[in-house]
Amino acid sequence: MSNLNLTLKIWRQRNANDSGKLVTYKVNNISTHASFLEMLDILNEDLVKKGEDPVAFAHDCREGICGSCGCYINGRAHGPEGGTATCQLHMRKFKDGDTITVEPWRAKAFPVIKDLVVDRSALDRILQKGGYVSVNTGAAPDANEILVPKPVADEAFTGAACIGCGACVAACPNASAMLFTAAKISQLALLPQGKPERYRRVEDMIAQMEDEGFGNCTNVGACSLECPKQIGQNHIARLNREYILAKTFNPPKSNEVEVI
Amino acid sequence: MNWFARTFNYSIGRKIIMALTGLFLVFFLIEHVFGNLLLFANDGGAAFNEYSHDMSHNTIIRIVEYLLFAGIIFHFVDGFILWSKNRSARPIRYQMSKPHEKTKWTSRNMIWSGSVILIFLVIHLKSFFVPYRITDGMDGKTLFEITRDAFANPYYSAFYVFAMILLGLHLNHGFSSAFQTLGLRHPNFYSGIKILGVILSLVISLGFASMPIYFYLQTIMN
Repeated sequence: MSNLNLTLKIWRQRNANDSGKLVTYKVNNISTHASFLEMLDILNEDLVKKGEDPVAFAHDCREGICGSCGCYINGRAHGPEGGTATCQLHMRKFKDGDTITVEPWRAKAFPVIKDLVVDRSALDRILQKGGYVSVNTGAAPDANEILVPKPVADEAFTGAACIGCGACVAACPNASAMLFTAAKISQLALLPQGKPERYRRVEDMIAQMEDEGFGNCTNVGACSLECPKQIGQNHIARLNREYILAKTFNPPKSNEVEVI
Repeated sequence: MNWFARTFNYSIGRKIIMALTGLFLVFFLIEHVFGNLLLFANDGGAAFNEYSHDMSHNTIIRIVEYLLFAGIIFHFVDGFILWSKNRSARPIRYQMSKPHEKTKWTSRNMIWSGSVILIFLVIHLKSFFVPYRITDGMDGKTLFEITRDAFANPYYSAFYVFAMILLGLHLNHGFSSAFQTLGLRHPNFYSGIKILGVILSLVISLGFASMPIYFYLQTIMN
């Protein structure tokens, strides 16, 4: 396959206080076998040789499973390829002479740290409010001690597949974190281990999601379409259902119990 | 904060209000469009006038009418609050944004179709509801005659048809979206709800749009 000569328009922003702007770069002779991040590595090598500041971008495993990477490429979260993270987007998806616009995730809750790197700790804080199950420490429980029907396990796993990359927030016209939050809540609501904390979990996680400044879901579905793990809208429906159940059937706290 | 404020101040609570009021308004629209089909009875408006007289003198209908206005107000106010919150959730927009081709235009533009429907609603109530029910400004005409005369105006009729197309688009997304917000989604029936939403949006928008077209054509043919 022939190599590509590309024009890149990349968002450059020195720090959180800088206003930032798109800067145009040329990269030549890019192999179609390269991944998108390798193409950025090649650009950065050029920039370092020229004594310029390399483009900052987040990455770690480069295997599509860690959720570290993520750029808005040509107007799409993780670029034009569906079901992949930015690291698994390959340059064969582009044509020679293409102009590629690369921007960071945009959301009030995701402030830019530098260039293409955003602070996604808002997602961590949502998780800290209930994206876990409380278990006793000690010896590992027997694998089949608690029975989980196969369809339930499968459905829970489609939620558990979330890698927390934030593409759902980036792709959402409202910068809503509903798919991220729903994936966790839905997964744990389905499994018996998550049941004891299910009501408290949904109320606390939703409250945190709101406090972080994410928008509201309008059921557009862009999140699921751009999600590298293709997590479906059914999880958001389950989140809504859990919320209504929590608001109506959550047992009262001991100090709220009606005596008569 | 008490339970009510806590529940309905948060985004999902507001969306539940949007879904419930939206579905209630759809039920009203179904009743409204089928009742208005009496305009086509070709009896000089006798059946339509009798129907509208009965509707406005029935105690239960009058009570439901208050609920209806409350529903309309909640739906619009909550819609605008959610929209402005959603705007502020992304203060810096993308320089280049290409929505995924599988997302629907209707779902992305509910605020705009809704805004046109709000403008339409004000004009619509001013034309018919206010003179008929509040100011008694009918000038001796029946409701049928007021309707017929209003739709003789091509601009007025064209605006009605335009608003009804947007209403159809709004319902096209809104109906199934309401079920999703209420968590009523399962592979067994959700595709059925989507199809029902499309059918309802077509019946309601085409049903209403046919009325100005019918009266306007009648005017130019006579």
